[in-house]
Amino acid sequence: MYGALWRVLPGPWWVRLLIVLVLAAAVLYGLFFYVFPWVSDIVYPQEVTVE
Amino acid sequence: MLGDLLVTAGVVVLLFVVWQLWIGDAIIGAQFKDEASNLTDEWANSAPAAPAPSVTPTPGTTGPATAEPPVLDQPGDGEVFGVLRVPRLGADWQFKLAGGVSASVTLDPIGLGHYPDTSMPGQVGNFAIAGHRGSHGAPFADLPSLRVGDAVVVETEGGWYTYRFRNLEYVRPDGVEVLLPFPQAPQIEATDRVITMTTCSPRYGFSERAIAYGVFESFTPRTDAGPPVSLTSGAA
Repeated sequence: MYGALWRVLPGPWWVRLLIVLVLAAAVLYGLFFYVFPWVSDIVYPQEVTVE
Repeated sequence: MLGDLLVTAGVVVLLFVVWQLWIGDAIIGAQFKDEASNLTDEWANSAPAAPAPSVTPTPGTTGPATAEPPVLDQPGDGEVFGVLRVPRLGADWQFKLAGGVSASVTLDPIGLGHYPDTSMPGQVGNFAIAGHRGSHGAPFADLPSLRVGDAVVVETEGGWYTYRFRNLEYVRPDGVEVLLPFPQAPQIEATDRVITMTTCSPRYGFSERAIAYGVFESFTPRTDAGPPVSLTSGAA
C-alpha cells in the first residue's frame, strides 16, 4: 500500500518525501482535532457530577 | 497490503491513547483558557454597566477594597456567568463557568458547570460546580492537589469573589449531600458561604467523586484598583 503510494508520487525522492510528510501531517490533524474527540466521547464516557 | 493496513490500524490506536492521555486535554484546555481569557479581557475593557456598589475600604489590609457581594441571578442552561481562576493550578488557569451540569450543553463545550438551584457566588449557602478531570480540557485534573488556604476566585463582570480552599473528600457517585446548603448536614441551617467543586475519581474512572470545599472570604468590585490580592500574589 505505502510502496504503491511511493511509486505513484511524482518527482525526485525529496519531493516525494515532502509530499508524504504533508499528507501525514494532514491525516494527524484530522485525527487529533476531529476523529479522536468524537471517538473519545463514545468509548470513554465521563461522569463528574453527583446525582 | 493487509499487513500495511493492520500496522496502520495499530499505530492509530496507539496514537489515540497518547492523544487521550496527554495531547487532547492540552489542545482543548488551551482553547478553553483562551476563551476565558478573552471574556475577562472583554469585562476589563467594558465600562461597568451598573453603578459600582458602595465600596468600604477594609482597615488593616492592602490591595483593592472589598464590599458586600452582589448575588447574580440563576443562569440558564449553558449561560456563561463567570470565570473560575485558581492560581495554585497555574497562573493561566482559568475556565468559563456556565449554568447547568449536563455534559452535552455545559461541561463538554464550555468547561465548568453550576449545579442548578444551588447558591450563586457570594450568596449564603453552597455554590456548587462540576468539571471534567480527564477529558474535554480537564479543568479539574489536579483538583486534589489544592492546599488549605489556596485562593479559588470566581471572576464575573462585576468583580471577584474570593474563596479559600479548605478540605477535600471522596464520596460515592450518589453522594448528593455534598450539594446541600451546609454540605453533608441536612439538619443544619446554612449561615456560611461555601463553594463545592465536584469531579470524577479516580482521574480516568468514575467509581467515586472527588469533592473540594472552600469558604468565602471577600468580594472585590471591579474598579481601577484591579484584581484582588488573592489573584495577584499568586499561590500562597
